[in-house]
Amino acid sequence: MPKKYHIETKKIAPRLPKRGKFGIVDWREDCAQCHNCVKKACVYDRYRQEMQYIKNLDEFNSMFFECMGCFSCVQKCTKGLLALTVNPEYERMGNGYFTPDIILTTWNQAETAGIPVSGAGYRGKFTGSGFDSMWTDMSEIVRPTRDGIHGREYISTSVDIGRKPKLLSFENNKLTTTLPPLVDLPVPIIIEMFPEKYHFPNLIPMLLAVAVKTGTMIIVDWKYHHLLGAYEENHLSNIIFYLDKETPLPPPDILKKLRLIEIVDSDRIEQRINEIKAVNPELVVSIRVELDACGEQRSIELAHHPFIEVIHIVSDINGNQTGAEKPKFIKDMTRIIHTSLVKDGIRDEITLIASGGIALAEHMAKEIICGADVITINMPLLIGLECRFCKNCRDGFACPAKIETITAEYGIGRMTNLIAVWHDQLIEVMGAMGMREARRLRGETGRALFFEDLEEETFGRHFGKRIRA
Amino acid sequence: MEGILARELGLKEVLPENTIKTLVPQVEVDREVKPAPSRYRNEIAKYIIRRSSDCKLCGKCAQVCPHGVHVLKPGYKLFSAPHLNVCIGPSCQKTDHYCIDLCPNKALQMVENPMLKSMGDYRWTPDMLMATWKMAETGEAPLPEYGYDYETGASGGGFDRLRFKFPEKPPVELQDDDIDTSIILNRRNDGRPQVKIDVPWYGGGMSFGSVSNVIQLSKARAATAFNTFTCTGEGGYMERMKPYDDHVITQIATGLFGVREETIQRVRIVEFKYAQGAKPGLGGHLLADKVTPTVAKMRETVLGISLFSPFPFHSVYSIEDHQKHMDWIKHVNRRTLIATKVSTPNDVDMVAVGSYSAGTHIVHLDGGYGGTGAAPDIAKKNIAMPIEYAIVKVHRFLEQEGIRDKVTLIASGGLRTSHDIAKAIALGADGVVVGTSELVALGCIRCSRCESGRGCPRGIATTDPELAKDIDLDWGTQRIINMYAAWRKELVEILKRLGLRSVSELRGRTDLLMHLDYTNDSETHP
Ligand code: SF4
Ligand code: SF4
Ligand code: SF4
Ligand code: SF4
Repeated sequence: MPKKYHIETKKIAPRLPKRGKFGIVDWREDCAQCHNCVKKACVYDRYRQEMQYIKNLDEFNSMFFECMGCFSCVQKCTKGLLALTVNPEYERMGNGYFTPDIILTTWNQAETAGIPVSGAGYRGKFTGSGFDSMWTDMSEIVRPTRDGIHGREYISTSVDIGRKPKLLSFENNKLTTTLPPLVDLPVPIIIEMFPEKYHFPNLIPMLLAVAVKTGTMIIVDWKYHHLLGAYEENHLSNIIFYLDKETPLPPPDILKKLRLIEIVDSDRIEQRINEIKAVNPELVVSIRVELDACGEQRSIELAHHPFIEVIHIVSDINGNQTGAEKPKFIKDMTRIIHTSLVKDGIRDEITLIASGGIALAEHMAKEIICGADVITINMPLLIGLECRFCKNCRDGFACPAKIETITAEYGIGRMTNLIAVWHDQLIEVMGAMGMREARRLRGETGRALFFEDLEEETFGRHFGKRIRA
Repeated sequence: MEGILARELGLKEVLPENTIKTLVPQVEVDREVKPAPSRYRNEIAKYIIRRSSDCKLCGKCAQVCPHGVHVLKPGYKLFSAPHLNVCIGPSCQKTDHYCIDLCPNKALQMVENPMLKSMGDYRWTPDMLMATWKMAETGEAPLPEYGYDYETGASGGGFDRLRFKFPEKPPVELQDDDIDTSIILNRRNDGRPQVKIDVPWYGGGMSFGSVSNVIQLSKARAATAFNTFTCTGEGGYMERMKPYDDHVITQIATGLFGVREETIQRVRIVEFKYAQGAKPGLGGHLLADKVTPTVAKMRETVLGISLFSPFPFHSVYSIEDHQKHMDWIKHVNRRTLIATKVSTPNDVDMVAVGSYSAGTHIVHLDGGYGGTGAAPDIAKKNIAMPIEYAIVKVHRFLEQEGIRDKVTLIASGGLRTSHDIAKAIALGADGVVVGTSELVALGCIRCSRCESGRGCPRGIATTDPELAKDIDLDWGTQRIINMYAAWRKELVEILKRLGLRSVSELRGRTDLLMHLDYTNDSETHP
């Protein structure tokens, strides 16, 4: 059995008070000064923490503390003076796609590296748009599952990136097919480029360190490769340089040490690929295709060229098609591309990397089920550093989370934790499905349940046509 | 299927001499509704009445309000805290005693409680929580005047978008007493005893350790009062449950913890738990520090070593293996029925038929959205289908296979109210299992913190003696009895309005339902 993939994690405390969902409002006038104030009885000791904040923090705001919303103090207070409210700062976080709940759970995951667990069943909407309109399957009677999750059996999350031959030929028991180069990753996660606006000193070297620690890779725009500093040289096998249309190729001594490189889609890609392969024939080339109005069609078309190895489809950060009035969502676009390639009998020959809209571990699992081999993330990693998604930095204002001041230990630790716990959650989902390999999860739509299909199959037969999307 | 039936009919067992009848005297519990007020000083109300400094303490408001909201105790100069939770809110405006208007000094102002925004969630709205508390307190559904919108939640799908198509006038006039809410659990005609429960629901498994002793007993006592069942959950049969043996389902889960011949022989129903909706496909994991001396003794394991309940049964890889397990239990207890609890995968219909053919009496489907214990968030939301779909799929497939009347179909996983129960039955289930609602009746507020730190801050999902002491057994029992009583009344009302004499007549009557997101003109009604 190969050595088990394992990411070392360590709890890394937040730097700032968490912006919790609840705040307690108390009107201190009329307080009866009971000896046994309910505040002392808070199971989570939140009031004491509040006092701490008052002492320690300049940015104290009584709304910020981590009340769990159990209402016990509210309901027990002798004078009924306490009230619970939703923290308006909490509700304001995010951009609608990255919701406050997603941000909070990401903070917690980056802090503890533990799979988020809670009681009392599911609390959310029945279904939703995007990734929320599907469920993953499970198996009543099949192995391996809990065993796999707890390490007695192996569930592999590794994936291969590159072009795979359609068939292998042998002569006299010897393989005669030349095998094209493949890059293998232990997790189907690649660290995506960050828009320039989000850059802060050391972000890129830290991201590289995370890629190294987790055994995965990071896409870096060659324009910014100087930001990698001294680390670049030692870790070229974890770096995917991205080249714009006009960017000249990196020098040959670098090209020779890379495993994967990415170029933007253009009318010159064949020529670019040939130039790259002339320097390093073992270097796998990925073509970055923006999912605009033509993105789907373009990806399908590219996949038919024998010189294309990897297609990286990119939607916007919320997973939407770009430049469309009624944008399609990444999972649906991926399904169309995937299904089309399956129909044409060429799906297994190329690798699909998908970007945009992957905000939670469940999205990764679902996106793979919809047809991606690998997904990329950037924003979740930033949120792991206590980014509040306020976009201040994007607009040129100071970051309230003071992200530029983080230490390497904190930054690398938190982001590594996040990837580790995403990996663990992928295993949970695969374990429930009785699936041993992430490679086989790809495109397994038969092991997913889609909202539209279930509705039609069940309610549709009794209640006529669905009139609400 | 034929072959299996023929084989079964040839296989009449010798009954029931070999059965160990209950060994300890069984306790009876009265079904009577008695008031069981909230154990909290300040109840959470839908509307708040604010009194300004213009109040001249004339006492008019206290005098007019028939609900006793305003309290001016004799001899006191100031009003005490108002009983806001009995105020009927804006609907009072239509009466001749609306205090807001009658106050000569216009000192009163009514607003919707802003705190409700921070309470509940899409599945359990604040109104649903408060209405359930009311039922647990009074044994009655809250009157329409209160304006609680509690029959559905706000999840935007499934039960929350289904409605009954009540005729303007019931097709037949029925009295409450004409209506039968009981269901039978043994439809196999295999010579095993019939078990009939008086209401079409029973209580779900909550294991020793996941809730406090008092909670477990309260559930068992309420089940006894309503001649239905509660379930032990995984982890053994507590000594204290024995006086309720006849209303307890013992569970055999994949870890086989605490499963002994003696416990299997005590009960009338044994449940095989293959999976649970809250974490389908994931089994269980009891952390080492929760394996206290009592837990270790109960589970017959070693103190302080974490316990894994694997997924699935590691001795079951086929329906034949499943059958072998059931045969073993049927042999050990000659009078017991078997329930098989599964989650809701894509092929849930096949699983149900397979389980029937292996010999189960009850197929229990546990959909993904329910559950009370701690579970990974990723599983709660994403794995397996919601129960609404699974009921339809399984009911239909059992019909197609011609075995619908040979098996009892029980549904669970996110059923919250009597309306959900009725809808589940109309979709095709015979009955349901409830869990969260019982905890809500006991004061659960759905904060989801059941397993963090010392456990539930409201003394429910905890074994911390300090926290658990908030609930006493009589109160707990009464709250669940009251909620059951209110539910039963509502169910009778629903059946009456539909002109149905029994809850079994409602089963599979999707023609009585409509879905708000559909055209509802389908020709394909069964
Ligand atoms: S609501 Fe609960 S968690 Fe929040 S402060 Fe009060 S007692 Fe503590
Ligand atoms: S009626 Fe008005 S003035 Fe009189 S006691 Fe009530 S609130 Fe005060
Ligand atoms: S609004 Fe009506 S029910 Fe409420 S306190 Fe006033 S009189 Fe009483
Ligand atoms: S911890 Fe919260 S959700 Fe869990 S039982 Fe207690 S009150 Fe209910």
